[in-house]
Amino acid sequence: MSENGRLAVRKTYKLFIGGAFPRSESGRSYAVTSSKGDFLANASRASRKDARDAVVAARKAFPGWSAATAYNRGQILYRIAEMLEGRRAQFAGEVAEADGVSARKAGELVDAAVDRLVWYAGWSDKIGALRGAANPVAGPYFNLSTAEPSGVIAVIAPPMGPLLGLVSVIAPVIVTGNTCVVVASERAPLPSITLAEVLATSDLPAGVVNVLTGPTAELAPWLAAHMDVNGIDLTGCPPDLALTCEREAAENLKRVLRPAEESWLAEPRLDRMTTFLETKTVWHPIGI
Amino acid sequence: MRFEYAPAPESRDVVDIKPSYGLFVNGEFTEGGGTPFKSVNPADETVLAEIACADEADVDRAVQAARKAFETWSALPGSERAKYLFRIARIVQERARELAVLESLDNGKPIRESRDVDLPLVAAHFFYYAGWADKLKHAGFGPDPRPLGVAGQIIPWNFPLLMLAWKIAPALACGNTVVLKPAETTPLTALAFAEICVQAGLPAGVVNIVTGAGATGAAVAGHADVNKVAFTGSTEVGRLIARSVAGTGKKLTLELGGKAANIVFEDAAIDQAVEGIVTGIFFNQGHVCCAGSRLLVQESIQEELLGALKRRLATLRLGDPLDKNTDIGAINSAEQLARIRTLADAGEQEGADRWSPSCPLPDKGFWFPPTLFTGVAQSHRIAREEIFGPVLSVLTFRTPAEAVEKANNTPYGLSAGVWTEKGSRILWLADKLRAGVVWANTFNRFDPASPFGGYKESGYGREGGRHGLEAYLDV
Repeated sequence: MSENGRLAVRKTYKLFIGGAFPRSESGRSYAVTSSKGDFLANASRASRKDARDAVVAARKAFPGWSAATAYNRGQILYRIAEMLEGRRAQFAGEVAEADGVSARKAGELVDAAVDRLVWYAGWSDKIGALRGAANPVAGPYFNLSTAEPSGVIAVIAPPMGPLLGLVSVIAPVIVTGNTCVVVASERAPLPSITLAEVLATSDLPAGVVNVLTGPTAELAPWLAAHMDVNGIDLTGCPPDLALTCEREAAENLKRVLRPAEESWLAEPRLDRMTTFLETKTVWHPIGI
Repeated sequence: MRFEYAPAPESRDVVDIKPSYGLFVNGEFTEGGGTPFKSVNPADETVLAEIACADEADVDRAVQAARKAFETWSALPGSERAKYLFRIARIVQERARELAVLESLDNGKPIRESRDVDLPLVAAHFFYYAGWADKLKHAGFGPDPRPLGVAGQIIPWNFPLLMLAWKIAPALACGNTVVLKPAETTPLTALAFAEICVQAGLPAGVVNIVTGAGATGAAVAGHADVNKVAFTGSTEVGRLIARSVAGTGKKLTLELGGKAANIVFEDAAIDQAVEGIVTGIFFNQGHVCCAGSRLLVQESIQEELLGALKRRLATLRLGDPLDKNTDIGAINSAEQLARIRTLADAGEQEGADRWSPSCPLPDKGFWFPPTLFTGVAQSHRIAREEIFGPVLSVLTFRTPAEAVEKANNTPYGLSAGVWTEKGSRILWLADKLRAGVVWANTFNRFDPASPFGGYKESGYGREGGRHGLEAYLDV
């Protein structure tokens, strides 16, 4: 771009792993084009090693993030919304280029993404009240069920909705205390890396969200088969790939969220959170 | 110290076992297409009855019957479904002694446990879910949560009738119909339950019982017209089922294996902890997925605790499951006994120290003495693999952090135990332990109101409580 004759300084889009922005260790990249077919950038093409590194980073972040207070997690999600709002114009530009929508429509999609984060931020200290219970057992026992995060979740982001869809699959996973490795939309990965810049400056601890760009059909099965991943959201998988991934996921009994028809503009269902929540029940005798 | 006990056998006269049993499909007992098999009393190896084996065509008949019954059953007002379940609960109570004796004969578990644990919990489970049937709109799953359809359910041999209750009660309360396959070594109480369904006047096809082995189970889980699969059993089979269900859209819940840590701190009430350790691993011969099979004892009290534990183990009475004084009954099958022996031998070969109290074993039947391994390393098979028998592996720790590290060092995550008098430490550990049930200063407690199920490779979904409804509703 050369308004007033100046050559623009372009951004290099890299991966987001453990709070840092490395290039793929493989040195590979792929060309990303706009909806009209114009060249936008070379995105990193993540390798299996990058996927493994991302899982290691997510696992390392899990104890701290899952032990953070729900209030704190809610504050941080709200902070992400604030930072996203502040970069509204930049995201609207990227969404318009990626999806070929009007500037006005792109702005609305960014607004919806901000609002979605705010919606989920409020869930952090309420989902436990819905999913937990003091159980009236037939005996002198204190018996309490609480919701806990499942662990490291692989998230295959939807191909459409490079920002709103992406935010809609990440927020429900992390708000409850999980950490994640996200495979961004292969077609339109650039907003995911710009979102990573937002995440990196929102007090979100390093490794809670890790973003990989590259071929979904290559990356998703690696994560589905990874033995240190506890759950997988297959939203962005076409049917054949979803089948492959669900089979691979059986090896260590991952929790699986299957792809389903979903409008990103509608109010979300709770299963994006509840699929990756465990119920822990604690018993203790009552006595003097 | 040895106590002398006179024999105190429970009478077998309350049960009337037929020479052979058919499948229960569409409200009637029918022949099976497979080769019939025998159910054996594991305490003396006598044949109890010949059981029909369901082949794929039989399973298909059962699923069709369940599908047809689903139309009317799911359309019944919840209050009517509730009354059927209350009826079933009452009949279970009325026939409790008969069912307890039958369970002990078929499974080998002590009558004290089948009578005082299994049967009361079976009745309680039906009572509990009966009450939900007409209150589902208040359960937090939306204003009108719908059932899934036909549930294919596969249950294990360790708590045959109780696992049936855990599966059937919530399924029916939510408006589903079921095809249930009991374990091949313990089909008798499920077939008695079929009679109970008839006595209760339950509409034909709402409950179907298909007996058989793994192939029958695979046919149930794999049937195209089954909407929901629920399985309790080994992690190995759970994986196969998860794999087979992939891509079908069937809802799946799995309650699989475990290798629970039972953690004892130096400030614990030792006598209570010893009782909890015994309950944790020797209840039901250790045939319990949530058994406390790894004892983690704080190093400073290792000698004292093990001394007390060994004294206590010496008083356990192993023998006739129908004797009211028996603590440890028979191992359920020759196959399971072989597995326990293999793993116990591996414990010795890998360098752990094996100890059992002096414990004469009956000549006939399948028996294994209560066994303790000390000097166990985390890498030993007996510390990693589920033995599913009366074998306890003892490890030690120094700090609470080390206890958590060791307790969580397993792909399983079903249950855990904590013994300490310090409240804040209990809650700290309860937070850190990656397990679905944490028993603090108690162990192996169950209640229909209390959700049960695992983390990680112990499976997913919960049984019991409001949580248990979710597995059988389209939510």
